[in-house]
Amino acid sequence: MAELLQLLVYGIVLGSIITLGAIGVSLVFGILRFANFAHGDLMTVGAYFALVVANLQLSMWVAFPVAFLGTIGAALVIDRVLFRPLRRTAPVILLISSFGVALILRSLVQLIWGSANQVYEAGIQMPYVVMGLRIKPDQITIVLGAVVLVTALHLFLQNTKMGKAMRAMADNVDLARVTGIDTERVVVWTWVIAAGLAAAAGIFLGMDTRLHPVMGWKLLLPVFAAAILGGIGKPYGAIAGGLVIGIAQEFSTLFLSPAYKPAVAFGLMVVMLIVRPKGLMGGRG
Amino acid sequence: MTANARALTVENVFGGYGGADILNGLDLRVGPGEIALIIGPNGAGKSTAIKAIFGLVKVRAGTVVYGGENLTGLRPDQIVHRGMCYVPQEHNVFPLLTVHENLEMGAFVRTDDFSHQLEMVYEMFPALVEKRNVQAGTLSGGQRQMVAIGRALMMEPSLLLLDEPTAGLSPIVMDSIFEKIREINGMGIAILMVEQNAKKALTFADRAYVLVMGRKRHEDSGPNILADPEVAEMFLGGGK
Repeated sequence: MAELLQLLVYGIVLGSIITLGAIGVSLVFGILRFANFAHGDLMTVGAYFALVVANLQLSMWVAFPVAFLGTIGAALVIDRVLFRPLRRTAPVILLISSFGVALILRSLVQLIWGSANQVYEAGIQMPYVVMGLRIKPDQITIVLGAVVLVTALHLFLQNTKMGKAMRAMADNVDLARVTGIDTERVVVWTWVIAAGLAAAAGIFLGMDTRLHPVMGWKLLLPVFAAAILGGIGKPYGAIAGGLVIGIAQEFSTLFLSPAYKPAVAFGLMVVMLIVRPKGLMGGRG
Repeated sequence: MTANARALTVENVFGGYGGADILNGLDLRVGPGEIALIIGPNGAGKSTAIKAIFGLVKVRAGTVVYGGENLTGLRPDQIVHRGMCYVPQEHNVFPLLTVHENLEMGAFVRTDDFSHQLEMVYEMFPALVEKRNVQAGTLSGGQRQMVAIGRALMMEPSLLLLDEPTAGLSPIVMDSIFEKIREINGMGIAILMVEQNAKKALTFADRAYVLVMGRKRHEDSGPNILADPEVAEMFLGGGK
């Protein structure tokens, strides 16, 4: 029982990270209408921006905003240079382009920061022991951070004019356009949010494990699985999807080698696509 | 709401979706405060005509002038600023947004206080008041049409373009939508609409155009067109 609860804790931590990535994938899919394969590497970029600050012996409170701004800037430049001219083409062209962006970002990270494993802080964190469960301070930061970010996103989507316009555009692009909504401005905000959350996911992943140029790429499969599980294009579904995938991956280590964790995400995604292709929350008919 | 005296004039417009032209020298006019109707057989380019006016279809030649200003080549988001709003035939609400949010989206480009306009729309469509926090996708066809028209009214347009506002509605609901359209027109807002249920709409149209092959074939007042035996025979299903 204690072992199960311990795995649940790990699952929630991993699920929080996956959720932050999956929301971004879902938002970009809903509004820009393509599956962004560069999203994992955007997380990597965010993690390494934070590493730069951490290496200067500054606190993570400085690292976070720097990584946010850097990653958002990178996403906006990529959109402007590459995705924007392709906006009116077929989604598959955008998808392949995003694959190219993924390779470029990963190579740049490797070129600049090297391919060795790195950490934000050397040394061992002493875990808290609560009712027999071992919980590291970083894990608390990760889960709380994810809760704060998801809550902020929820308030933004429900209460602000831009948030409503984002939902409107995800709902019906053509109608958004004839209503007079400035769709390019909505796109910019979509990248700001998706890249910001990607940076947070990358940093949290780096805190939970370590930094490596393929860290984000390796998480892309579970992130996509979570987005699909939640019904792609629906950011709220991505939250549930992320937690389900994270917890399922950790529980699978009870009877499978941890090396098969991505296979669990993949398996769930396949089953989901067969059984409920519109996602956990269903969808409009 | 001020009824400003602006007329729409479409002159010799050619255009389509990129392949062969669908509009072949279209001429039409909607005077200030008028109800104008476009009828014609399937594939005549009725919806395309409205889309061309609203900047959704590329106009290859010809001009669209509204209130003395040339709108040819402008994008829809630029046109809504000029007092013209459009209600598409299908997919004309944001299904996952609430009724209230749909109406708010209609005023997206407004920076002033539009609460009086929200009130006006709820007054015009009282059925929407109790549905205001319901997702628009769950509404009936008639209610959805009300949301779509209400959304377009949020910009306080002086001309409303309606693409088949009664398509797929039951006769009773259809009548109530026509009733609302006349009510809106009574506020001084000009209407240009494409309509399948032509007989009914012709009874109150100030002006009607019969479109064939992307060109104007007949033009007259609604009741006159209705009385024209040739038109009745060809486009209104004869004695049916």
